Amino acid sequence: MKSEGSADPSDFKDEWCMMAEYQAASMDLLSVTDLQKRYGAVTALRAGALTVAPGEIHALLGANGAGKSTMVKMLTGVIRPDGGTIRVRGQAVRLRSPRAAQKAGLAAVFQDPALAPDLTVLENLRLTGASVAAVRQWLTTMEIGDIQLRSLVSELPLPTLRMLDLARALAREPQLLLLDEITAALPADLAERVFVVMRRWRELGRSVLFISHRLAEVRAICDRATVLRDGVRVGVLDLAEGSEERIVELMLGSAHPGGPAPSRAPSLPFDGPERPTPLLEVSNLSLGNELHGVSFALGRGEVLGVAALEGQGQEALFDALSGRRAADAGTVAIRGKKLRLRQPYDAIRAGLVLVPADRLLALLPQRSVRENIALPRYNRVPGWGVIRQGRERSWIAEAVARLQIDTRAMGQVRRLSGGNQQKVTIARWVACGFDVLLCFDPTRGIDVGTKRQIYTLLRELANQGASVLLFTSELPEIQLACDRVLVLYEGRIVRELPAQQSDEATLLHAAHGMTHQEEAVS
Amino acid sequence: MSAPAGLLSMAARRRWLRRNAWVVGAYAVLAIMLLYERVIHSMAFGAYDMQSLVDPAVSLALAAMSQAVVVLAGGIDLSIGSMMSLSNVIAANWMVNTGFGGSLAISLVLLLGGALTGAATGLVITYSRVPDIIVTLATGAIWGGLALQVMPTPGGGVPQDFANLITGGVRGSGFPVGFVVLALAFILLWFPLRSSRPGLAIYALGSNRTAAFLSGVNVVRTRVIAYALGGVFAVLGGLTLTAQTLNGAASSGATFTLQSVAAIVIGGVALTGGRGGLLGPIAAAFILTLLSTLLGYLNVDPSWGLVIQGVVMVAAVMVGGLLLRRRR
Repeated sequence: MKSEGSADPSDFKDEWCMMAEYQAASMDLLSVTDLQKRYGAVTALRAGALTVAPGEIHALLGANGAGKSTMVKMLTGVIRPDGGTIRVRGQAVRLRSPRAAQKAGLAAVFQDPALAPDLTVLENLRLTGASVAAVRQWLTTMEIGDIQLRSLVSELPLPTLRMLDLARALAREPQLLLLDEITAALPADLAERVFVVMRRWRELGRSVLFISHRLAEVRAICDRATVLRDGVRVGVLDLAEGSEERIVELMLGSAHPGGPAPSRAPSLPFDGPERPTPLLEVSNLSLGNELHGVSFALGRGEVLGVAALEGQGQEALFDALSGRRAADAGTVAIRGKKLRLRQPYDAIRAGLVLVPADRLLALLPQRSVRENIALPRYNRVPGWGVIRQGRERSWIAEAVARLQIDTRAMGQVRRLSGGNQQKVTIARWVACGFDVLLCFDPTRGIDVGTKRQIYTLLRELANQGASVLLFTSELPEIQLACDRVLVLYEGRIVRELPAQQSDEATLLHAAHGMTHQEEAVS
Repeated sequence: MSAPAGLLSMAARRRWLRRNAWVVGAYAVLAIMLLYERVIHSMAFGAYDMQSLVDPAVSLALAAMSQAVVVLAGGIDLSIGSMMSLSNVIAANWMVNTGFGGSLAISLVLLLGGALTGAATGLVITYSRVPDIIVTLATGAIWGGLALQVMPTPGGGVPQDFANLITGGVRGSGFPVGFVVLALAFILLWFPLRSSRPGLAIYALGSNRTAAFLSGVNVVRTRVIAYALGGVFAVLGGLTLTAQTLNGAASSGATFTLQSVAAIVIGGVALTGGRGGLLGPIAAAFILTLLSTLLGYLNVDPSWGLVIQGVVMVAAVMVGGLLLRRRR
């Protein structure tokens, strides 16, 4: 009790505490200002900025090359900034290593799970001092609590490893959880559980930084979004209905040419062919347990889509057609001539070329863009032949220009962004000639702008007489890019639909193996 | 070798067997070879023969253990042989006029020196960003040159007690001391490490360096620990050479570098890192030593012996590779 006329420090204590609490509550969880990073002549980040409030799910968006991954790497201690400040709860921090970032309360889950493949899950957890009980608890929350923790990491499938990585990050009780394209390789049901966890995290007053290219997801789950372009923050949005267009505008720097967002009607020019003569005929193709008697025909100038849920045989189909694996039964014919596809070389010679999802499967990362594009041509150089540098340079330049490959970091292909890497792969086949382009999830992990460029390109190639077989895991985009769609379920084709009927709902039904009757009833 | 499962369930046992099959196989091969030797020389198989096999094998086993630790962490060490030579000649030089106590003290100093040298090598490799193969090639040349400086011609000496500590039979009995030395080295130095966090960090670093780094593993510290431990094993190997030959020679360790690589490959350690353990290389060291002994008994020309060793190594690698592909 205070006595008359004297000031007791304890009088102010309540107010002081209130003020501190108020400050903490209104203080940003993460505040990044003026972040810079240069790699020699290339500026990856000019003035990166980001503000995340406590108890929020915040999206970080930007085209490939906008500086997004650079910023994330700096927030996780993988690289150090050349300038700028990072504050966590008002305190400036120096994130010198992933350890330091973790200590500062930032935990990240990357696209490649940070787990050593030759150790067991348990050993990986012990390695980082994660509490096994807490990890188990989060795994149960995500409804995958039955993972055998004593199995080797190399024995578990990628989606499981991603969830493990997420559980481990959560068990660290970070202030900010950074999720980098976490839904990219997850099937829909697991992705849904991740969202549940994210919402739970927000309820606990912590925050999530959500990096994704799937704008529909972003709109569904995030509160606000920061958009980066050319290494600078160009906007912060409250996410509401119709924000996707605004986001794309900000990402691309102008009203996007080519029409409306993917969720609406197809916007690509639809010069579909009349019933064409089949260029590629597949009959009764079977491969192990994954593919059973698949038959279809693909005509000149046609873009044929393949829709399927995770692991329904689409990988086997593309492996068999590209020569990566030999089919057990069935025939593949181009222009009526039956092919023996025992290795990719056979397929490529026959004109069946592959653009895989994993860029590193198709490209030589340390070699230059030029070499990568010219690669298949080396097969045709006669004898011990000398490679004519001058001619090579000209048609490569043509291909690069045509695909608008951003060669700012010319030289090693591994320095290009994912989208540009994919364009290099396509450029290679364009430059070297092909009959059928097999595209397996070519736009995985690529930003919206580049995605559209690639789809437009595929359409162009088809219009010029080539044929395209396209598998994409993003159902809304199939209608955008294809003339016809085949739905695969459990290794068999269960439906064939023209593009007009291939909206997401119908495809999803078919992809789950539901027949017409079931659809009518449900 | 991953830690054995705590449960004794069938599944756990089968899993253990699957993961450690290579090492079990190596010991099986060793047992067969030992049995073969017994059959051929059942008459002459006395204490003397056993020790003449064990002592050189122990030196190679220690070299292999040194290499294994470094390779598990994702590196390689081409200076092991030279380190053995250097510790050999320094020991023989200093121990010439000392008693048993003095020789022990000198050994300890040398072991510590080996740890520090290894640590320094690890630091140089990390901070200079020069590949380990080049750095250790260079340090190997340096240690070899220093060894020649210390002892241009073979000489020096050791107290007999010291020699008896590491070689020969235990207190005059038939049981080779070398086994004890190896067992102690394994139990005191490696066993507590491999299931602890620094040990797991070594495996993680060799398995996937990026994943280890992103998980928060201190790459520098882990690499330093691996090379330091390698240095200790290498110096220990050099001391066994001193005890066996009772003097020092600058060329004594020369062949051990490449043989250590052969031993770890045959012992199931992946050269890319992250897979394997130390028990396999120990068995492999004995297999390789016993192989040359057996070839000697069969009156095979020693140069053919080298060829056969090479063939064995290639065969081991091929079998390993085929098994790996089958699993994929």
